[in-house]
Amino acid sequence: MTAVSATPTATPQPRNAVIRSARDSLVVAKRNLIRMMRIPEVVIFGLVQPIMFVVLFSYVFGGSMKVGGTTDPGVYREFLMAGIFAQTVTFATAGAGAGIADDMHKGLVDRFRSLPMARGAVLTGRTLADLVQTTLTVIVLAIVALIVGWRVHEGIPKALGGFALLLLLGYAFSWIGALIGLTVRTPEAATSGGLIWLFPLTFISNAFVDSSQMTPWLRHLADWNPFSATVQACRQLFGNPGVSQSPAWPMQHPVWASLIWSIVIIVVFRTLAVRKYRHATS
Amino acid sequence: MTGAIYAEGLVKTFGDVRALDGVDLDVPEGTVLGLLGPNGAGKTTAVRVLTTLLRPDSGKAVVAGVDVLRHPNEVRRLIGLSGQFAAVDEYLTGRENLQMVGQLYQMSGRDAKVRAGELLDQFNLADAADRPAKTYSGGMRRRLDLAAALVVRPPVMFMDEPTTGLDPRNRLGLWDVIQDLVAGGTTLLLTTQYLEEADRLAHDICVIDHGKVIARGTSDQLKARTGGERVEVVVHERERLTEATEVLRGFGKGETKVEDHMRQITVPVTGGAKLLAEVIRELDSRGIEIDDIGLRRPTLDDVFISLTGHVAELKEDAV
Repeated sequence: MTAVSATPTATPQPRNAVIRSARDSLVVAKRNLIRMMRIPEVVIFGLVQPIMFVVLFSYVFGGSMKVGGTTDPGVYREFLMAGIFAQTVTFATAGAGAGIADDMHKGLVDRFRSLPMARGAVLTGRTLADLVQTTLTVIVLAIVALIVGWRVHEGIPKALGGFALLLLLGYAFSWIGALIGLTVRTPEAATSGGLIWLFPLTFISNAFVDSSQMTPWLRHLADWNPFSATVQACRQLFGNPGVSQSPAWPMQHPVWASLIWSIVIIVVFRTLAVRKYRHATS
Repeated sequence: MTGAIYAEGLVKTFGDVRALDGVDLDVPEGTVLGLLGPNGAGKTTAVRVLTTLLRPDSGKAVVAGVDVLRHPNEVRRLIGLSGQFAAVDEYLTGRENLQMVGQLYQMSGRDAKVRAGELLDQFNLADAADRPAKTYSGGMRRRLDLAAALVVRPPVMFMDEPTTGLDPRNRLGLWDVIQDLVAGGTTLLLTTQYLEEADRLAHDICVIDHGKVIARGTSDQLKARTGGERVEVVVHERERLTEATEVLRGFGKGETKVEDHMRQITVPVTGGAKLLAEVIRELDSRGIEIDDIGLRRPTLDDVFISLTGHVAELKEDAV
């Protein structure tokens, strides 16, 4: 033990594990937010994409889409917004994945793993920073949506509830991204690997079309898709048209279904990602 | 009492490759061990095991008196790691990088800030402290990486190829920093492919190849194993080569080697510079013109070749 006593190290402060974990996560989150501010391109492209989707879907598909028995483009635009919001928050997956893969690639994960810090903090910090970015994106998107004619009809508290569910879904998906990033190890692969499966996930859902028009097996998939639950919940809470009448449980209880899906995703993917991180080799 | 870094029978396999094949190490407190070997020899794997990044398949490791496998988080408080790739966040400034590392070593925000300032001064980075690390030169980044490893003044340091890829000037600068650090009592394990670096910095050297320690000792001991000094002569005229060889054979303590096409004669000797002067006088008195003459001492390159049968630069696939 002489080696320890010979050279005093800077006094590490003893901390309760939970407080330490929270503090370490915030230190890492701060680091990721500083990065985001210094690479504004990423945030800007993250904004342009959903805005483009709003405009394209509203004006190209609107008018030919039948929602709630009408093809009124104004109705489709209101219907569409919950889907676009939900799709936008899930794109956080790619950001988290690319960020963590980049840290692996650059050797930063080795640095972090050699420090006496909480095990999950590197990943929690990253997902928290992504949550901040997602929140900003959703705010900008909501403003654009208001401009093209989207409104909330059930009051502000319910609307805020809808946004809370959206952010929770985005946070859950960033844990999927974290696991992808740790698995593929290169930022490029993490970006595409984080996006490819999102397309079937978001399209086989009630996000852009009325799922009752789908063939039965697709409709079942769509009804039980975690993504659909949040979209349905938002339509209800925002008072937007096109709420699905499907008897499937998640469509009947979309707020609960959305909460349960998001929490299950967080628990499962956080566990897997933290385990993977502990054995990560760059 | 074991040393500040102690390992016994470390084995780590990746598929069919035995990256570590029973490595034993013992580094007394306050000394520097140079782990020397070509790419893929297992140096980095050894460092990763000792710094808690990788669990070995079997074996035992103790760092600063703490069992690495049983109490990895305790070990992490007591070590600093400086990697092969400068692991700093390039979008953070030098100061932000060091503060972050300090906080993750569980220092208070204020302590981390003060310490970051000290290190930036010490490593000559104060002018660039508030610029993103992206704008730093290779040497500056390496210094920042080293500073990050020193935030808590760890008693035990690991440096994995600290000067790989640096230009000679920056390499010399980093050597000075490392020597100061060791003078302050830090125990250091250093991996390197540069034999000169191990020679200059390390008290003891372990030569590692294919996951095994194939030789250990001080630089001088290893050189002695390869044989002593020798005289090398390059004769100007090829016709006088035979005569010159006869002269050198008279001074030599072993087999004389002649490389005809280069007009070069090499002969092992004892007696150093004084003997060299005698050789020159003798050749001169016979009127044998020489292009080059010198007393050569074995380098660690020679050591490496004699131990492994190949030169110390190989595969690109570092394990």
